[in-house]
Amino acid sequence: MTISSHNGTPFNYSPEALAEVQGLMKKYPEGRHKSAIIRALHIAQEENNGWLSIAAMDHVAEVLHITSIEVYEVATFYSMYNLQPVGKYVLEVCHTGPCAIEGAERLIAYIQHKLGIKTGETTADGMFTLKEVECLGACGYAPMMQVGEFFHEHLNEEKMDRFFEDCRAGKINKGTWKMH
Amino acid sequence: MSRKLLLENAHIPGIGGYDVYRQHGGYRAVEKALKTMSPDTVLDEVKKSGLRGRGGAGFPTGMKWSFLAKPEGVPRYLLCNADESEPGTFKDRFLMEKIPHLLIEGMIVSSFALGANTSYIYIRGEYSWIVFILEKAIAEAYAKGWLGKNIQGSGFDLDLYVNPGAGAYICGEETALIESLEGKRGNPRIKPPFPAVRGLWQSPTVVNNVETIAAVVPIIIDGGDEYAKIGVGKSTGTKLISAGGNINKPGVYEIDLGLPVEEFIYSDEWCGGIKNGKRLKACVPGGSSVPILPHFLVSKTANGDQRLMTYESLSDGGFATGSMLGSGGFIVYDEDQCIVRNTWNFTRFYHHESCGQCSPCREGTGWMEKVLWRLENGQGKMGDMDLLVNVAKNIEGNTICPLGDAAAWPVGSAIRHFREEFEWHVREPEKCMRGNYGLVRESKTALEQLQG
Repeated sequence: MTISSHNGTPFNYSPEALAEVQGLMKKYPEGRHKSAIIRALHIAQEENNGWLSIAAMDHVAEVLHITSIEVYEVATFYSMYNLQPVGKYVLEVCHTGPCAIEGAERLIAYIQHKLGIKTGETTADGMFTLKEVECLGACGYAPMMQVGEFFHEHLNEEKMDRFFEDCRAGKINKGTWKMH
Repeated sequence: MSRKLLLENAHIPGIGGYDVYRQHGGYRAVEKALKTMSPDTVLDEVKKSGLRGRGGAGFPTGMKWSFLAKPEGVPRYLLCNADESEPGTFKDRFLMEKIPHLLIEGMIVSSFALGANTSYIYIRGEYSWIVFILEKAIAEAYAKGWLGKNIQGSGFDLDLYVNPGAGAYICGEETALIESLEGKRGNPRIKPPFPAVRGLWQSPTVVNNVETIAAVVPIIIDGGDEYAKIGVGKSTGTKLISAGGNINKPGVYEIDLGLPVEEFIYSDEWCGGIKNGKRLKACVPGGSSVPILPHFLVSKTANGDQRLMTYESLSDGGFATGSMLGSGGFIVYDEDQCIVRNTWNFTRFYHHESCGQCSPCREGTGWMEKVLWRLENGQGKMGDMDLLVNVAKNIEGNTICPLGDAAAWPVGSAIRHFREEFEWHVREPEKCMRGNYGLVRESKTALEQLQG
């Protein structure tokens, strides 16, 4: 994925998040604290409205005492990092094999219709972003999607309608990457 | 009814917590190993058990452990591969969610056998809620003296941490996993040197799948010989199978290796038969990477023997008429499923997941995806099948890691067994797109209908 051309608004971890990331760095032997990067980026993304701006990545580099390019290298490799702004709820719908034969394609078409967006787009009100993702390890409970840190399984059109309502009513828990 | 060694207690309320796990015999394997055994005798039991890697390759675990280099003064590491991402596979997730202490117990015993004092569980980032399940269980284990310094007075020290990924199938390849754990892109390393000699931070490292490490617990409690009594030949013990696709009862099952495939699909104890009373068309028995089997090769091998859920029986006949047990990601296709579309879908997956280091894989997976897409969309040519076979052959064996092979095998096997269906897509493009065989058109139409 391409890094956004604009820096994004200034970013700093919240004090709790900073303390947590500094704690993560201690899980690795001396001098190997770069290993904390993946989780540090998850936390930064969560605190930056769901995406990694250049400002956010540069801050992570500073905290981990590594160069910015080392962070960009990692952020551009892994599919869970969003490098462009996203909506409040990011719907990551699995479209791989077992989900596909259980109706993922129809489900994706339904979501596109309901939200009036294509895959990769965000609704005008900033509520929803639709992503199609590869196998999430829920093949027996297909079709499914991930929203935040949780899986929503055995989906159908009715369940999606309820899901959209629950999102608008603020009833959907996205979970957190921070210690809890 | 198969016995259960791993999931026996998985249904017990509260088994995810330390107290209930301990009440049901939890941490007995650690007690036995640390108090009555040496690292070498633990290794001997694992060797005797015949346990083979449950992540997909099926390499004997005891042998893998015995390759670990032990230079003086250099730390060794045990890494648990919980990057479960092979399409069709969701067994490790079940085990970690339901009974996390079993994995932790296995990690302690295995780390003891290997002389590792720091170990990591590398888990796919999408399983983020399981990160916290595991960390809670690890904190309990520390509090009860099963982790940390001088475990249960044995003199053995172990620190155990969880490290998440962030969405990359390739990180299930052990050297890519190591790179990722070092905080880098998940690009597989050229081997040799093997991780057993130079792995994490250039130190000797063993990488084992979740289920493999969990299986060490019953092996230590009951002994390797007892474990080896289960199964057939070199396929010993039990195996977690995650079953999905067009079956009545998808889910995670623990089977004795040696169960007939037919029984697994049709018995109510397991998959419960094909959904909606339809007929079986094909089966991918070990995750998306393994060759697809047409219905007539699922229950029986090419020479008429009953096909069993074992490493040997599933691969009987080689790639011409066999497949592989793989990761145990068991996907069943009914008569309405389109093999061309499924092959395209899998190829799109491998194209997306290719790390891009090796040209044959980076370019080849993209070309295969494009050719399969045009076949599925009524623009295929009769020469496309040979073209696909040619591209697949040029990927296979020509890449640093096995992702190239994993991308090539589903394509080669689909054309080998379903060439007529591919040709039919070329001959009758309209018919194929109108009927069930053209799900692309169906979904387009679905969207058009919805839009009125």
